[in-house]
Amino acid sequence: MLNVLKSFLGKLSKILKKKKNVKLGLYGPPNAGKSTLANRICKDWLGEEMSSVSAVPHETREVIVKEKINVENKGKSLSFNLIDTPGIATRIDYEDFLKFKMPKAKAKIRAKEATKGVIDAIKWLDDMDAVVVVLDATINPYSQVNITIIGNLAARKIPVLVVGNKIDLKKSDIKSVESAFPQYNVVGISAQQGNNMEEFYEALFKVVK
Amino acid sequence: MVLTLQFVPYDEISNLESEKRINRLLDIVKKDKVILMQGRLKPSEEAWLIQKTMEHVSKTFKGIELCTIYPENPKNTRLLNTLKNMLVKFLVGTRDGLTIIGPATVIKEIKRNPDKIELLTTIK
Repeated sequence: MLNVLKSFLGKLSKILKKKKNVKLGLYGPPNAGKSTLANRICKDWLGEEMSSVSAVPHETREVIVKEKINVENKGKSLSFNLIDTPGIATRIDYEDFLKFKMPKAKAKIRAKEATKGVIDAIKWLDDMDAVVVVLDATINPYSQVNITIIGNLAARKIPVLVVGNKIDLKKSDIKSVESAFPQYNVVGISAQQGNNMEEFYEALFKVVK
Repeated sequence: MVLTLQFVPYDEISNLESEKRINRLLDIVKKDKVILMQGRLKPSEEAWLIQKTMEHVSKTFKGIELCTIYPENPKNTRLLNTLKNMLVKFLVGTRDGLTIIGPATVIKEIKRNPDKIELLTTIK
């Protein structure tokens, strides 16, 4: 009887000690490449994609979660739930979608869904264990949305890795991203081309200790 | 069309609770005025402002443009001033800096570089 009890307690202790999956959020402004990075990570470690991507802003309008992704780097492994969030914006105008030849009715629905997506993305901030802030390295990084996202993560003491995406494009300026956020780890990648992903995973392991 | 700037001194909103503070600012912006606010919101209030803005987006209100200027700490600040500022910040929040909030229908873009701010308006 004592042995059975000991065995039960041993198993219970192992379950309690077992590290939970790290909740890793992808945050940033619209069209920075969050979903492209989510797909790249999933393709690298699961062999499948998780989000749809588009040149039209606000393609991701709902929070998407992919559970139990095991990443390995230099003999270490990390298990996490990847959370792809809608882009955070301060303005949403359905007329912006018309420029992409979208029908008016569809553009209005997309705008409505996008506003809800922004609200949800901000609500999810409190649930994150760590966050990758994805910025478009071809765009001036000194935007208030970027500062507000990072400020909120800092206030919540959530570990942050800043990614400057689209470094395969001529206009990209990773130095500008680095100088905008000197207190953070900044990695330049191309999620679409898969450039510099090794360095990304290495930095991710350093941030998520 | 005339661009209207409304200055909001920190004392005018410092005693308000976060929700009332955000609502107050949104009420002004929704009247197509550009706010020049003394001081800055807390990070959580900035996020809340974005959330509230999204709730208000409509046919006529397309959102906001927001920019906060953080002053650098002068290297030659006297110790007494430093302590005084720290105490003020602790007691009443963040009085330093300047926050610009404008309706997206009036402010096309706020371009910020480390050393300058450009306000691009839709006014012709």
